[in-house]
This record gives sequence, structure tokens and C-alpha cells, in this order.
Amino acid sequence: MRGLQLPLSQTQRIRLQRAFEKLQSLSSKVNSDASVTVADTIPVNYEDAFLKGHGTTDLNGELVATVCGVVERINKLVYVRGLRARYKPEVGDIIVGRVVEVAQKRWRLEINFTQDAILMLSSMNMPDGIQRRRTALDELNMRGIFEENDVVCAEVRNFQHDGSLQLQARSQKYGKLEKGQLLIIDPYLVKKSKLHFHHLEQFGIDLILGRNGFIWVGEHVETRDRMVVDQANSSQQSMVLEEKDQTHTPLEMRQNICRIANAVHVLSTLGFSIDADLIMETVELSSSLKIDIHDMLGSEFHVLVAEREAERRSLMGKRRR
Amino acid sequence: MSKTEYVSPEGLRLDGRRPMEMRQLRAEIGTVAKANGSAVFEMGNTKVIAAVYGPREVQNRSQLINDHALVRCEYSMANFSTGDRMRKPKGDRRSTEISLVIRQTMEACILTHLMPRSQIDIFVQVLQADGGTRSACINAATLALADAGIPMRDIVTSCSAGYLNSTPLLDLNYIEDSAGGPDVTVGILPKLDKVTLLQMDAKLPVDIFENVMGLAVEGCKAIANYIREVLLENTKQLEFRRGL
Repeated sequence: MRGLQLPLSQTQRIRLQRAFEKLQSLSSKVNSDASVTVADTIPVNYEDAFLKGHGTTDLNGELVATVCGVVERINKLVYVRGLRARYKPEVGDIIVGRVVEVAQKRWRLEINFTQDAILMLSSMNMPDGIQRRRTALDELNMRGIFEENDVVCAEVRNFQHDGSLQLQARSQKYGKLEKGQLLIIDPYLVKKSKLHFHHLEQFGIDLILGRNGFIWVGEHVETRDRMVVDQANSSQQSMVLEEKDQTHTPLEMRQNICRIANAVHVLSTLGFSIDADLIMETVELSSSLKIDIHDMLGSEFHVLVAEREAERRSLMGKRRR
Repeated sequence: MSKTEYVSPEGLRLDGRRPMEMRQLRAEIGTVAKANGSAVFEMGNTKVIAAVYGPREVQNRSQLINDHALVRCEYSMANFSTGDRMRKPKGDRRSTEISLVIRQTMEACILTHLMPRSQIDIFVQVLQADGGTRSACINAATLALADAGIPMRDIVTSCSAGYLNSTPLLDLNYIEDSAGGPDVTVGILPKLDKVTLLQMDAKLPVDIFENVMGLAVEGCKAIANYIREVLLENTKQLEFRRGL
């Protein structure tokens, strides 16, 4: 069993256990016995035609799971939704990645997939915003846009025939991410939603929930378009001054970033699925109880969050009924 | 042969087990935070930690395989794992051999064709050695692979058995292992009922060998049941914690 690696006192352990038991009792009503492990037989009605999906294989006429997870049935399709695995991209997903290599006309991004993703220079919006052919000069200036180890936000464009992945960043909201923290959590905890960019106005912070489990918490920027490589000499001077202004992040902002980042960290170690509302609730819980930022990673706060989540889910369940 | 009695007249072994009794099993999943999958597996005093990274981008381009995944395995023994603390050179004969054995057994069960052009790294380290490290490593690696969500044909489980004082013994510990008798390590795919690993470093008559191997296979099946339980419990935990 997956144990939390936290020093828990006797009472904390009991409280945590109780919270988890409550969560278990809440979820068991929804689907019981749908969990399978590797090589478990999945019960299907063999008279009906069925389609075997991901995470299943055929063995002597039996349908057998190849990963640990939950059996899902959609019409005729039977598949196993694996839990802890690396990211499986879908076209249109918003992801956050880290540049590992600047190559010919492309960047290679680490996105927690089986291979590195490719962001072509031609599928980027140019810094000056003009639609034109990419020249050799643009190619030489690629490092001015993204360098190695830069954190970049992009969208999944398509799969190549050889299985490699292409990204695109054709909008102001995509691009380089600066002044913040990148958090890496299990991708299954990030739910697909309409909104993956969140602007938390009360803190002035941008929160990007990448579908690949990379989460960005950073200072809010108006237009995510900071990679202006302006070669015009006239604006050079003012640019430098502006830049200096921008490199300083106030202490309060940094504290806010850390608080939100720690909230995400706590939720992911407890294994709760993550969305912006839940993160905000956790942040509010910590600040209302006047818990220091560094104490958020302590055992007491983990227990509190677990109890709170159990309560929240039971309330949600009641409302639904 | 030495005069040491490995099985007492009452039918008890040196550590108080019966000949067909296995040591206590314990498994824990998710012990390495940054790995994609990890596990600790204990058989009595033998303790092994395994971590799986991947499937990820192939690090060495020349090793890239176009139609399936590259599986790599590294076995090591912690310096403090044995009684006398020894500084062993990395990559000695023994550990290279065990790395190869583990790699081959795991490669046989991973559905590598589903992850082309990628690489899976398995790291196993022996934390406490008390006989049967090979089997414990394979069991730990299976758990870690399942935790990493890597598709597999079946789980692989492994167990050893020996033959001392004309009695077949299940799951040898260090003292019995170093007695110099035959030591059979078996790895099976329990669902498919197939053998993927069979090693023996002595001679045995065929009829006795069959007995000993049968015993080891029984041990593998018992371990498989335990691993199943642990995995199912872990999956359920993850699912209900995640919520809707």
C-alpha cells in the first residue's frame, strides 16, 4: 500500500486513517469492484460483441488487464483506465514542458511522455506578431525565444506517423513562463476541463494546470508575450530599464506563489485530484488557520486537508442526492 | 558435505521454519518519490528497493529501437547489505549477471511494442542481503513496473528452493544458501503458467529436481497472490483518494 512518508503522531495517524476511510466509503457507492490489477480477467459478456481498448489484451479467449486501474465500459468498448502512468497526450491538450534541446528549426520539450515533444519554429507565433515565412535569421535567433531549461506552455497539435508528438504555440497565451514555480505531479490527478489557465486575481497569480501533470504557478502577466527580441536601437534603452523593473518580484508575490505551490504539493501527495477551486480552498484553509508557508508541508496540515476533503466530498454527495 | 544439520530431526530449519515454509513477505509501493514507479520488497531479512523510470526518451540515440521499447536494468548491492562491510566495485561479474537476468525476465513480460522509441530503466538495490536476493529483486521490479503503469502480459514472480539433508527446502536464507547445496531459482508468469527464469548452480538427479522445482513454483504462486493483493489494495486507494 502506498504510505505517506510523513512523521505522524498517534492521533494524527488515526485522524488521517479516519478521513481516508470516510473517502473510501463515499466512493465505494459509485463503483465497487471495478479495480483490476495486471493479469486480472475482466468479466465481459462473450455473446455480445465487444471492443477491447487500452490496457487490455486477449488471452485464450479471455479479456485480461495489462495495467492496474479501473475498468471502464462505453457502449461496446471495454478498457482499463490506468492510474499512475506517464502522460498520454491527446490532440488539443494544454501542456507545460521544459526545453531540453534547441535543434534545427525546432525545440525538443520534456513533457513526461514516452518521447520528447517537438515544437517547430513554424508553429510558433513570431515575437513581432507578423505572419510571414521563417527566415534563416529567425532560425539563428531561436535561442532568443526559448533556451534550454526554459519552461514553456503549449498545445498538442498532432502525432506524427512515427508516434512523435508535435506541439504548437500559436496564441498569446502560450509561450515562455517566467517568475514562478513549476510543480510536477501525477498526470492522472489533473482533470480535463474547459479552463486550464487560471488567473487568481486576489493574488495576481497565474495558475496553469498542464494536462501532463506539470503545473505552473507564477506571477500574472498581461499578455504572455515577453520574448520580444527587438532589434531596433531606439527602443533598446527603454527596454533595458523596463527589464530591470521586471526582474524584481516583490516578497509578498513570492510568498503567494509558494503558498499556492505548497497547496498543490500537499494535495498531490495525498492523491486528491486537483482543480483550481480545490487549490484555492486549500490556500484559504492555510491562511485562515495562520499556518506558515513552510509548515504547510508538515504532517498536521496534510491531516487537516484530508479531513477537509472528506467533509467536502460528503457535502457534495448529499447535494447531488 | 559439512556435518551441520540444516533440518533438525523434528523437521525444523535453522531459523525455525518448516521445509516448505516461506519467509514473511512484506511489500510497499511508492517508496521513491521522483520515480515513475517504485517498490520495496522484503522476504524475511532480505530487503530490496526497486525504482522504474520511463517509458521515456532514449538517452543514447544509437540504442533506439524503432518498433519497441528498450529495457535497461541496473542491479546493485548496498555496501551495508551484508554482514562484512565491503566496498565492491560497481559492475562486477555477479551484479552484471543479475542485471542481465532481471532485464531478460522483465523484458519477457512487458508489452514493449506499445511504447516504441522509448526506454524503460529499472534500478534495483539490495538493502539487506539474506539469501534469495535474485528472487526478491525480480518481485520488487514487478511491483515497481506495475506501479509505473507499464502494460505487462502478466506479473512475474520468483522464488528459490534448495535441497539439503535430502529434504527439499523452500526459500533459502543466507546460511542455507552458502551450504553449497543446489539452489534453484524459478521465475514464473502465474496467469499464463509459464516459466521465464530457471537457474541452478549444482547437479541434481532429475526426479529430485522436479520435486524441488515444483516446490519453488508453489512458492512463486504464493508470492503472486500476495503481490496481487498489494497491487489491488494500492489501486483502490489511488482511485478513491482521487475522487470523482
